[in-house]
Amino acid sequence: MACFLVPAGEAVVTTVVQKVVENRAKKAGGERAKKTGLSWSRRLGWLNKLLWGGTILLALEHIWHGEVVPWPPFLTAMNNPAEVAPMLNEMATIGVAMAIFVTIIWAIIVLIVELRAKAMPQAKASPAGGGG
Amino acid sequence: MWLIMTALAAVITTAIWYIRSPGDKYKLGLLSLIFWGATLMWFVDHVMAYLMEGGEFFEINLDATLLGISVIILALLVWEIVLLVSDPKGVLKRIKR
Repeated sequence: MACFLVPAGEAVVTTVVQKVVENRAKKAGGERAKKTGLSWSRRLGWLNKLLWGGTILLALEHIWHGEVVPWPPFLTAMNNPAEVAPMLNEMATIGVAMAIFVTIIWAIIVLIVELRAKAMPQAKASPAGGGG
Repeated sequence: MWLIMTALAAVITTAIWYIRSPGDKYKLGLLSLIFWGATLMWFVDHVMAYLMEGGEFFEINLDATLLGISVIILALLVWEIVLLVSDPKGVLKRIKR
């Protein structure tokens, strides 16, 4: 019904956090990035792309199934008071589970990359593209 | 069906990104993360719906297939817009001149 709004909310928060981290890193001169070859801004960028990508494609699926419409109140479940509670329940269960699952997968990716970067000799520690 | 198609697109895009790495001039990393994000979310959606409501895990019919194709087109469209805006080959800059 509207489960994708939970990862969308997380995407907004992580995008803001990424911008703040990016600005702080610029001021600090990127010392942390020099140590591992990987900045937190870049790591958060991967999470943002996962969350925004998933949100955009899931939004299309919800439009396809008539659960989201381009006119207010945008969510068809909002037209019927009886459907509001199931919609909120779906957001609290499936939506939250989606956001947590994507974040856990991202954390595993970051952990693997971090461990590999530490295992590499300092000169070779420059991880590949990975979505910028 | 759209879960299978998006997962397939994610696997193929990741393979192409890996073959072309360490460079990522054409932002294939972005495209693969878009596909993976949707794949992970739909996977959770399918698993939870299956556990709570039962029924078939995959919806295999014409409507689901068309949705899968539409989802892939939208992801490619988003990727191409980002690619054209960033213009890594400088093609649009040359046209402006």
